Amino acid sequence: MSKFRKKKKGMPAVNTAALPDIVFMLLFFFMVTTTMRETSLQIDTPRLPSAQEVKKLEHKSLVTTIYVGKAKDTKYGTSFNRIQLNDKIATADEVPAFIINARSKVSEEEVPFMTTSIKADKECSVGTIVDVRLKLRDVNALKISYSAGASID
Amino acid sequence: MARRENPEINAGSMADIAFLLLIFFLVTTTMNVDSGVSKKLSEKPPADYVPPVIKEKNIFEVSINRNNELLVEGERMDIKGLKEAAIAFIDNGGGEGKVENDIATGKCDYCRGEKSESSSDHPNKAIISVQSDRLTEYGTYIAVQDQLLRAYTVLRNRLSMDKYKISYTELEDAYKDNKSNQDLKKKVEFIKTSYPQIISDAEPTN
Repeated sequence: MSKFRKKKKGMPAVNTAALPDIVFMLLFFFMVTTTMRETSLQIDTPRLPSAQEVKKLEHKSLVTTIYVGKAKDTKYGTSFNRIQLNDKIATADEVPAFIINARSKVSEEEVPFMTTSIKADKECSVGTIVDVRLKLRDVNALKISYSAGASID
Repeated sequence: MARRENPEINAGSMADIAFLLLIFFLVTTTMNVDSGVSKKLSEKPPADYVPPVIKEKNIFEVSINRNNELLVEGERMDIKGLKEAAIAFIDNGGGEGKVENDIATGKCDYCRGEKSESSSDHPNKAIISVQSDRLTEYGTYIAVQDQLLRAYTVLRNRLSMDKYKISYTELEDAYKDNKSNQDLKKKVEFIKTSYPQIISDAEPTN
């Protein structure tokens, strides 16, 4: 038994060899979870309506988003019917150009799978949505998704 | 017994723990996935398009006014009752189904509705028309769409349960995981065509 007797006494130093691992772990974690927002919102973050029959949007690169809600800048008024395309407040008339521009970024065979996601505030009026929808139909962007949070009855 | 004094903590497996955690979070973190009520718009009709004549009884009219109140088939209704009303209408099965490519679908043999003369003939003829006002709140509009879609889901699930002993939702998920499975594809297609979602948006009133 005396074979196992320790030679050194006193406090051993805490092993810090794993510290880099922990740091890397945190780094990776934040790299993965951070979603880059490519457009800065000019409108207040829309309070999405809730629905039960929601489907997940697949293929993020094929999704074009149109925001509808109240403009942050009060010069656009305080109604909830402002449309944001890319980085600026726009009107429904600019929707076709926006869609065509989005189409040019994907390959041709993927165009039929493109979806337009309408992120609208639940207080905005249907008229605005209908205007956008008619413009979308004009340019044959027929797949749309009304962004909504999932609700449990 | 040998008494060990101040033994060094073994940190060799620390890296393993760290990686384990890393992998755990990698797997479990969901990036905020966008979800929404998906809808396929109808194509723009040509200028000389004459809409087909549809029998009044095959149309289920839902109107929403600017105060977010519902008028369903001429009667005021609460949004909670809409699903049931829509189910009753779609599942009525009072007559013959539509004739497509010279194949008549005949009577609806899976419908369990009242088979009333004054309601829809067949699920594939039953059209739900949603008419809203321009000033209707979007939240209400989505709630109505959701209720209608839920009505279809209930019916599809029921039919699928009867036929394949599995709900339509699960069937669809299974098909999504295995797109090449012809058998699943057939089943999904069958349920889909048995209760096709025909929800049309009428021009809004001002």
